[in-house]
Amino acid sequence: MSQNNNQPASFELDGKTIPFQAGQTIIQAAMAAGVYIPHLCFNPEFKPHGSCKLCTVKANGRQTASCTQQAQAGMVVESDTKELNDERRALLQMLFVEGNHFCPSCEKSGNCQLQATAYEMDMMSPHFDHFFPDRPVDASHAEYLLDFNRCILCSLCVRASRDVDGKNVFALSGRGIKTHLIVNARSGHLADTDFSGADKAAQVCPVGVILKKRVGFAVPIGERSFDQQPISATPHPMKQEG
Amino acid sequence: MTSESAKKSPMTILKNIHAEYLEPILQHHRHSVNNLLQILREAQEHYGYIHADAIDHLSVALSVPRAKIEGVAGFYSFIYLQPRGEYRVLFSDNITDRMLGNQGLLTSLCSQLWVEPGKISEDGLVSIATTSCTGLCDQGPAMLVNNIAVNRLTQERINAIAELIRERVPLAAWPADFFAIEDNIRRKDILLSTELTPGAALSAALQRSIEATLHEIKTSKLRGRGGAGFSTGMKWELCRNAPGDHYVVCNADEGEPGTFKDRVLLNSYADKVFEGMTVCARVIGARKGFLYLRGEYRYLFDHLQAVLSRRRQQNLLGQGILGCADFDFDIDIHLGAGAYVCGEESALIESLEGKRGTPRNRPPFPVTNGYLDQPTVVNNVETFAAASLIALNGGDWYAAIGTSVSSGTKLLSVSGDCAHPGIYEYPFGTSVAQVLADCGASDTQAVQISGASGVCVAAQEFGRCIGFEDLPTAGAFMVFDHSRDMFEVARNFVHFFAHESCGFCTPCRVGTSLLSNMMDKFSHGHGSPYDFAEIENLNGLLQSMSHCGLGHSACNPVLDTIAKFRPAYDQRMVHQGYVPAFDLDRALSQARQMTGRDDTGAHLERDHESK
Repeated sequence: MSQNNNQPASFELDGKTIPFQAGQTIIQAAMAAGVYIPHLCFNPEFKPHGSCKLCTVKANGRQTASCTQQAQAGMVVESDTKELNDERRALLQMLFVEGNHFCPSCEKSGNCQLQATAYEMDMMSPHFDHFFPDRPVDASHAEYLLDFNRCILCSLCVRASRDVDGKNVFALSGRGIKTHLIVNARSGHLADTDFSGADKAAQVCPVGVILKKRVGFAVPIGERSFDQQPISATPHPMKQEG
Repeated sequence: MTSESAKKSPMTILKNIHAEYLEPILQHHRHSVNNLLQILREAQEHYGYIHADAIDHLSVALSVPRAKIEGVAGFYSFIYLQPRGEYRVLFSDNITDRMLGNQGLLTSLCSQLWVEPGKISEDGLVSIATTSCTGLCDQGPAMLVNNIAVNRLTQERINAIAELIRERVPLAAWPADFFAIEDNIRRKDILLSTELTPGAALSAALQRSIEATLHEIKTSKLRGRGGAGFSTGMKWELCRNAPGDHYVVCNADEGEPGTFKDRVLLNSYADKVFEGMTVCARVIGARKGFLYLRGEYRYLFDHLQAVLSRRRQQNLLGQGILGCADFDFDIDIHLGAGAYVCGEESALIESLEGKRGTPRNRPPFPVTNGYLDQPTVVNNVETFAAASLIALNGGDWYAAIGTSVSSGTKLLSVSGDCAHPGIYEYPFGTSVAQVLADCGASDTQAVQISGASGVCVAAQEFGRCIGFEDLPTAGAFMVFDHSRDMFEVARNFVHFFAHESCGFCTPCRVGTSLLSNMMDKFSHGHGSPYDFAEIENLNGLLQSMSHCGLGHSACNPVLDTIAKFRPAYDQRMVHQGYVPAFDLDRALSQARQMTGRDDTGAHLERDHESK
């Protein structure tokens, strides 16, 4: 584990030399060096999860999630290749058809990482047949709305509530295609949990599930983060490590 | 019981009712959240499902949020958060059950009991649904009633079961022969024929040094019998060398469709399995072991507990085993609850820790970071049984059997179109043709080796051999004669993967369902050459992006059957151009069902099909 600190260790990512500190994963080191690897369930403030698989790269020829794969000195990593981007596009299409995503009417449009990443990966159609799942909205809470139609099961809210807020407001239940987000209340309603707008969990959703009420469209479409510049050029909305 | 308690409805009384059965369970499991799945399973055995009040009680008693309890419960097919009836009937739905007519029997039982498949009867008496392979393919069709296995279903047996349920006869009073699970051992080799006096292998191991015992295991060239074939000696050594509290885990989550050898080993050779685990404990320095038994084998639980307590009396488990002052080891049995993915070793460990059975990110591997993040050996039932014989007779003896790459013998679970389904033990290197001849198969079209995730072998390949160098297998050997439709075989397996995907990673969660829908599209006569390309693409994605082996192998049955049994697909391909999966007329079927109409006026014109 102990690294010789005189010469920072580095690996090669798409021909660029990326320095890293011991313990960093590929995406953490890449992000610190300002290199974008598409991702959704990864957020530098939280322990990597490795579920969305969008950040998959080829490390020494072997495909692996770059958010969980530890960087190793001399490693040769491919990320921005046609093969990988084609596969990432297919994963995005899967996420789009799995839920109910109607970007034109979504409050998160322009600030949504799923939408922005789909633009980044040149996704022009959902390609697959839509599943059209039945996912009722939870509007029980006075301040916040949960629109489960947009959930991509990244579990960032689960991790934020558990690890930062110490509350466990959210959890995943079910299995397979029936996996779904639940809240910690016997009624199943957010209003009956100890969720608060000040929670970290209120701010981490990369899509439009957890929304503050009565501020919809305060920033007009066209002026939002990813309307200004693509996600690959946008520093991560959260504080970066390192 | 459920309806009675609901009548005395004041909240406090209800809570007491749940506390009454939960407290002893909690105490037995030391109020440990690591035993959450076991606690839920036992609670359900008492009450039929996990009542919301029971979750409240557990949440307080275990100091865990109720969302976590619901999250764990919701992962497992056999844990219910809603009432599912006093009698919960699940028909095993492996392709072998289908070939033996399970669908007709399910329909018959549903109509006799006035209940729709997948639903609960209006009086709350019974629910009838399907479940993944229950490991009784040699004596199917099979079902589980309140998680207890019933075999050899016939129309007579179904009629009798309908009557027993209608009369509310308790399961314990049902005819014993309904539950008489047979071993069906057809061919014995060293593993099944060697007599092992309990303790003999352990004594032999204790007479050697620990290093010498490990050396024997390595010399034997024993490889894991779960299918992947990792060197057992190396696994034990890696674990032994890792610092921490060591654990031995026996993977008896035998969920691969068509596999049932572990059922027989645990039923009739449990001593060999436990002795192998104990030898492993000696080598790696473990004080604690687990047998993770699939929920479908619930009926073996009491028998296995009895074997364990006898072994404790014989000083083969517990403190100072066989007088060895520095050797304490004991084994607990944990039951699964209907989740195939828990056969993956890191998912199994998560499940052992009372969590959702999601495979972990690897590395690190269980040998260094397993149960409770401690060094853990996870081996298959058959591996431990073989290890006991190696401890007894030495590594050279074992290595001399089989082939140079695959030493020893392999148990095959033979089912499907053959005269003598059951367990066959062969030295590695035996050909598929030899097995087919021995089991009385004729007119064989194909054999599915190693279950849904394995490989489909066609007639011209029957000269191939069982072994890691050619056809590695966890043991399933399903035979299909020429009357069988290999497309339906693949479709059954694809539905299985979609049902069993854990849902953690995007490609497997969504991809297995997409694949399932594509196979249904073919089945409905809407397949086109375009869909073949789609399946190829999906396979590529699942292979490269999935989190674990389930996703990696989910497309195998389709690719194999497309390559080898293309006519089964072609005959479903009415169209050469692209056809959407959506079928307007079929979409109206629910409306037809609700209105009770099926006349021509209730159908759309089908002139587009004549093109």
